[in-house]
Amino acid sequence: MNWTWFHKFGSPKWFFQWADKWGKLIFYIGIALFLVGLVLGLGFAPEDYQQGNSVRIIYIHVPAAMLAQSCYLALGVAGIVFMVWQMKMAPIFMKAMAPIGAVMAFLALMSGAIWGKPTWGTWWVWDARLTSVLILFLMYLGIVAIQNSFDDTKLADKAAAIIAIIGLINLPIIKYSVEWWNSLHQPATFVIGEKPSMPSEMWVPLLFSVLGFYCIVTALVCWRMQTELLIRERRASWVKKEVTKHGV
Amino acid sequence: MAFESFSEFLAMGTHGPYVWSVYGITGVFLVGMVLQTLSAKKKQLKRLHSILVKDVSEREK
Repeated sequence: MNWTWFHKFGSPKWFFQWADKWGKLIFYIGIALFLVGLVLGLGFAPEDYQQGNSVRIIYIHVPAAMLAQSCYLALGVAGIVFMVWQMKMAPIFMKAMAPIGAVMAFLALMSGAIWGKPTWGTWWVWDARLTSVLILFLMYLGIVAIQNSFDDTKLADKAAAIIAIIGLINLPIIKYSVEWWNSLHQPATFVIGEKPSMPSEMWVPLLFSVLGFYCIVTALVCWRMQTELLIRERRASWVKKEVTKHGV
Repeated sequence: MAFESFSEFLAMGTHGPYVWSVYGITGVFLVGMVLQTLSAKKKQLKRLHSILVKDVSEREK
């Protein structure tokens, strides 16, 4: 396998320029996908025969929940990469990612609670799925707090990486919580290699919305990494060149 | 279309308040995240730019 792309992403200068070039495009593609998903999901998808129109909350809830988990997985992997290889870009990525992941976890919890009221008759139950996602949200908050509470950047990076790695154990718990324990929550909507159990009028908009969320988050993380690079590498000559180029 | 009229679309059966509050809150957070991200980048670029300008003018003195 050719690893040059990996080394390129490890170069601050190369990444900054890559993000300048592709960030906007990824963002606009994300917005377009998300809007198509919204229009189809809100206006054209059929209502659920049991849940009625409250089922339309799925077009927010599922993407937010998927992103909350994906972002955490990325955070944990970056933590390992940082601890093992001391790769400079890893903590920069983690700093950019953590607040976004926190927002995604919050959106998943919020949309789930509002969906739960008309469907289950309650905003919240302390069951395995809900509780493990709440813990995920708290992990994010903890990581953000750690990243911002040390004067010593290196120490903050290390502490955040360790917490992120420990928190990885929560991910399989979230995933299998609906199978291991009796839960009010329904099982997974998308399973790789299986045909979705819902009609295509429902899962196609959901797919658009999920892909849109992924693209939007990718663009945001790229831009936030650029900001973090501008802070950490401010004395590097390439940063001075970029600043001159951007003009402001 | 899943709805006969715009008012039916807004009502969402009896679930309008639930559906629209989720979409509203999500919208606020998404827009807020984008604006915060872009303004932070701009602010840092501006700060570095002013330092750069100061350095250059000091060197010229």
